[in-house]
Amino acid sequence: MAVYRDQAVVLRTQKLGEADRIITLFTKEHGRLRAVAKGVRRTKSKFGARLEPTSFVDLQLYAGKTFDIVTQAQSIENFGEALATDYKNWTTANSILEAAERFTENEHEPALQQFNLVVGALRALAHDTYDSSLILDAYLLRSLGVAGFAPSMTTCSKCDLPGPHKYFSLVGGGSVCVDCRPSAAATPAPQTLSLMANLMTGDWNGAVESEPRSRREASGLIAAYLQWHLERGLRSLPLVERI
Amino acid sequence: MYEGAIQDLIDELGRLPGIGPKSAQRIAFHIIQSERVDISRLTDALRTVKERVKFCTECGNITEEELCRICRDPRRDQTAICVVEESKDVISIEKTREFRGKYHVLGGAISPIDGIGPENLRIRELMVRLASTEIQEIIIATDPNLEGEATAAYLARALKPLGMKVSRLASGLPVGGDLEYADEITLGRAFEGRRTLDS
Ligand SMILES: [Zn+2]
Ligand SMILES: [Zn+2]
Repeated sequence: MAVYRDQAVVLRTQKLGEADRIITLFTKEHGRLRAVAKGVRRTKSKFGARLEPTSFVDLQLYAGKTFDIVTQAQSIENFGEALATDYKNWTTANSILEAAERFTENEHEPALQQFNLVVGALRALAHDTYDSSLILDAYLLRSLGVAGFAPSMTTCSKCDLPGPHKYFSLVGGGSVCVDCRPSAAATPAPQTLSLMANLMTGDWNGAVESEPRSRREASGLIAAYLQWHLERGLRSLPLVERI
Repeated sequence: MYEGAIQDLIDELGRLPGIGPKSAQRIAFHIIQSERVDISRLTDALRTVKERVKFCTECGNITEEELCRICRDPRRDQTAICVVEESKDVISIEKTREFRGKYHVLGGAISPIDGIGPENLRIRELMVRLASTEIQEIIIATDPNLEGEATAAYLARALKPLGMKVSRLASGLPVGGDLEYADEITLGRAFEGRRTLDS
């Protein structure tokens, strides 16, 4: 496998040497990996803006010893312009990329469901399909789901007692009944839990009906739940502009 | 992995920007094989630069005085400010001879994924500066890549209430690169053709 092709989303870039960059890629078939793009920082580079964070590209790579080398890059969809010119979109996109990096723990491990979630979230954001904060929260919840941490929204996550229940627990895996609730359980509004359920299942008609108060509460719960499962929070999350 | 002093040196060099593990090792072995006097010059230079060089209190550019050479120069146009990411961008723009105003060095670009938000850059200092000077035009010359673009979008929005003319370097600069690699002609043209931001 000296030379191979794959689709990828660029998660992150770091300067390397005089004019190169290390590009952290989330590829469709080879999972997350880091590759070197030579000369990419020169304004006349053949890569242009195709290897910037959020880029969705078709790549040709050469398998190297430490890092693979990007030899060709073609744009599949261009989200960059729409995301970078709107600060709210840019901070949101950064959080999606950082979360994707954290949800793909091991390099070279294919993670197709995660990959599709990232592409879908960036596309929705670039096209302003829904409110950016809702897109981010839906992405985070579904990524948690793919990673096996889906919080329960109605039935008690401990004893399966049908809900809805008043209590929500980070440690307990979401909704908990009055008998199973740990002492630190939160008591979110029922509308907040139903918004989270809508985001989880992709019921956008329901989600867009939600009140700002429920959205704020859901964002807080999702951030805390995420931090609990990722062990440390996302650096970009406090910087996300939410309106 | 090597032992003791040599590994310490490789680790320190490896923390420098743009230096990968292989380069760090190569430089470390170069240092070991160098004459003692050459290394003394290097360590002296490192110590002196850290002692003498600081950031201009007005614009954030590097200087050995309180104010940098440009801020001290009374012939510079006091009504225009060019906002750049790094001190090296000041050098690039000075080479074009297209700009006669003053600068403001942010100290980087907004990069949430690296934990860098507006508070971590010299944006508050820029606002304070604009409130107390005769500036009429602001030219945003952040890097022609997405981080630079996002930083420009943030600045344009923050500057809007001040009612000044805010422009961005023309898109003659291909997106994706760093400002420091733009040749003087391209950069000069970008200056001439700067576009006003109205968002
Ligand atoms: Zn229960
Ligand atoms: Zn100065």
